[in-house]
Amino acid sequence: MSQTGYRMKTLLALATSGILLAGCERPPVEDVQHGFRGTGMVQVYNPRIVAEQAAHNAVPAAQPAAAEGGPIAGTIYQNVKVLGGLSIGEFNRTMLAMTSWVAPKEGCAYCHNPANLAEDSKYQKVVARRMLEMTQHINSTWKPHVQETGVTCYTCHRGQPVPANIWYTEADNTAQGAMGNRAGQNRAAAAINLSALPGDPFTPFLLNAEPIRIEGTTALPPGNRKSIKQGEWTYALMTHMSQSLGVNCTYCHNSRQFADWTQSPPQRAVAWHGIRMARELNKDYLQSLTDVFPKERKGPLGDVAKLNCATCHQGAYKPLYGAPMLKDYVTALAAPIPAPEVAPPAAAPAEGVAPPAETSSTQAPTVATDKTAKPSG
Amino acid sequence: MAMLSFERKYRVRGGTLLGGDLFDFWVGPFYVGFFGITTAFFAALGTALIVYGASLGPTWNIWQISIAPPDLSYGLGIAPLKEGGLWQIITVCALGSFVSWALREVEICRKLGMGLHVPFAFAFAILAYFTLVIVRPVLMGAWGHGFPYGITSHLDWVSNTGYQYLHFHYNPAHMLGVSFFFATTLALSLHGSLILSATNPRKGEPVKTAEHENTFFRDIIGYSIGALGIHRLGLFLALSAVFWSAVCIVISGPFWTHGWPEWWSWWLNLPVWG
Repeated sequence: MSQTGYRMKTLLALATSGILLAGCERPPVEDVQHGFRGTGMVQVYNPRIVAEQAAHNAVPAAQPAAAEGGPIAGTIYQNVKVLGGLSIGEFNRTMLAMTSWVAPKEGCAYCHNPANLAEDSKYQKVVARRMLEMTQHINSTWKPHVQETGVTCYTCHRGQPVPANIWYTEADNTAQGAMGNRAGQNRAAAAINLSALPGDPFTPFLLNAEPIRIEGTTALPPGNRKSIKQGEWTYALMTHMSQSLGVNCTYCHNSRQFADWTQSPPQRAVAWHGIRMARELNKDYLQSLTDVFPKERKGPLGDVAKLNCATCHQGAYKPLYGAPMLKDYVTALAAPIPAPEVAPPAAAPAEGVAPPAETSSTQAPTVATDKTAKPSG
Repeated sequence: MAMLSFERKYRVRGGTLLGGDLFDFWVGPFYVGFFGITTAFFAALGTALIVYGASLGPTWNIWQISIAPPDLSYGLGIAPLKEGGLWQIITVCALGSFVSWALREVEICRKLGMGLHVPFAFAFAILAYFTLVIVRPVLMGAWGHGFPYGITSHLDWVSNTGYQYLHFHYNPAHMLGVSFFFATTLALSLHGSLILSATNPRKGEPVKTAEHENTFFRDIIGYSIGALGIHRLGLFLALSAVFWSAVCIVISGPFWTHGWPEWWSWWLNLPVWG
């Protein structure tokens, strides 16, 4: 072969391998063994990517504790339906925390009419109230999933009015095209790792209760009429779960028999509760806000934004790597608060006064002074 | 064992790589050589250790016996015998016997004045094994990433290791490996059936020759690769299959830690899509 031809081939080979490697990572990697040695039950991480994610999952400092005692918020402020049983100090502290978690740029005016904080004129306030109920419900009745770590508004919101990971029911995902019925597939959706699997496994599994566990439990499939196509919907949901938690399939399953609980790591049971929790929250809490949200906040089919595993987990095996954020807000968020005894209305000053100065801190959010500020996100 | 009259002609001295004349002899039909000795040594020791390992385990069921590698916590260090150390010694024995076998093939090729194509091809199989139990574990920092030695247990490892990357069919090198494995079986079946068809003519007709074989393929697809060419192609397809298999596993982990589907984001982001 001529010298030039040889050089050309070398250059071509180098360019090709360069392109192939450009899309890749590099050693060293970190690993977490998750089963008996040699079973391949291992989590593999790139420490450089994990370091980037750790910054995203840092927990903000807690608001300073409220002063003991003081009057009950529900007896002082009007139209306080969920947090009325808190002391006024704890109530204002919770409001400050919520502002910094959900609308740090927009401030109190994101939910409240600054002229009358008690009024429900902004849909955001109605939504926030329902979300408070949801948070209390999660922390008190979904301990099999959230344990004592619990959740706060920040678990999902991370400083944004609309959480980064939400979903709407996909429109026309079974349209008949020139290549046949796409059966919800081939959209390379980011929520399912850019795979060709069905792009919206959330509507059937995290809103409706279609069967997820369709794999046969015996070597031969006597009587199992489930199809590969159904399997792909399950695979899509499982891919979403893996990606949301930054883990692989072996975190919850031994793939030699996915269905068998006795061979599965205990995390699978936690995830089982998580699926049911997401389903209940979507149905009972988010869907109940369908008439509250304006049109521009809804999906192509007019449905509200809903949650999936990524909404809280955001790539971490435990949201915020398991930082127990709730412990600083137990009084307000750990469980529904009994309503306060009704106080004589005359004694209650009009809501609308600024929070007492002693509850503000360096963490206090900037209150938007521009009354025309629109919600972002 | 009786030797056919012409066989003696090919039993010539020399061509050894090590040991000179010392091991340059045959036992029955088998050439021994220095590497025949080391093959036997490593194979016997490795097999004995597997049997010992099985005796420590919970079962004598041939399907379920498994010699597992160490826990990941041992990293690239040496593990206690019953905690994966056996796997480590057996791995050394396996590589020792495989490489010895390849070098024995080299010595035989040298005796016969042949090319080294056979040991070269076998070296690809060794390379694949070496990649699985040495290269990838070293790149990932622990011998525990090797696969266990057991009939079903190594299949379970393959399954779980594939699912570490969510959907292994999206691994580009796996795609190439699988395609080459299918292509090599297609080529072998076309070649095998063609040779048998030429050597099994109708009753009373002479056996057909290369021209008939070439004509068959020229008639049906317009081209015949030829008698030598089909073997070049076959070797290329088979070695490519093994090579890309080794690549597909060595990139999974050391060079990609996520789901393989999302590796294709570069494709989805090409500026050619509307």
